[in-house]
Amino acid sequence: MRLEMDSLSENEEFARVVVAVFFSRLNPTLEEIDDVKTAVSEAVTNAVIHGYKGGRGTIFIRAAILGRELTVEVEDKGAGIADVKKAMEPMFTTDPSGERSGMGFSFMEAFMDEVEVVSAPGQGTKVIMKKRIGA
Amino acid sequence: MEKETFTYEARGQILIIHLPRELDHHNCRNLRYETDLLLSENYISKVIFDFSRTEFMDSSGIGVLLNRYKQMAGSGGKVAICGAGAQVKRILTMGGVCRLIKNFDTKEAAIAD
Repeated sequence: MRLEMDSLSENEEFARVVVAVFFSRLNPTLEEIDDVKTAVSEAVTNAVIHGYKGGRGTIFIRAAILGRELTVEVEDKGAGIADVKKAMEPMFTTDPSGERSGMGFSFMEAFMDEVEVVSAPGQGTKVIMKKRIGA
Repeated sequence: MEKETFTYEARGQILIIHLPRELDHHNCRNLRYETDLLLSENYISKVIFDFSRTEFMDSSGIGVLLNRYKQMAGSGGKVAICGAGAQVKRILTMGGVCRLIKNFDTKEAAIAD
């Protein structure tokens, strides 16, 4: 499954619902559906807020099923991250308002079996997440 | 059609915030401005977040709750949560909110505390 969408906050809900419908063929539990929806929501929100800084851009979502394993990729062509390890630390945030919890990557890691982040400044960010359904 | 986000209910010095069905970054955008305005113009001693309509929440919701908690704690006020379902409870627990903010089954119980 491939989905290209504008970097708009309205699309966060659309993206998580599309991925949830896509992997429903694996007969996931309600909890597994919530896990994946939350992880996708976190990745897409990061693309909107940090990748494109709230501006215009395209977010690319790819999802595939291999056996019982779901792979979801969320990619932006935006700002990129200089220090991925730092960005993934729990509670780390670049937001000065205090309104962002800094838990986005922690939630992705908690709800998916594997999370890989490929990013470099000016090159965008790709988050690759995997989860075994019915494990 | 504009989707409904937050509705506010005042009970004396208690402000009850009824949260939307999907509490994500998109729907959290206006909350900060609106609650800041309400808290600055009224004397509020307790804020109750009512999750009874909420089916989905991510870390954006955690950020909003923790910020409101800090704000209220700073002025000696209280914050409570009511009506949280299974998905919301998991997120609240993982986000460490349950250690800071009391969780009630019903709005009435949150008001009475």
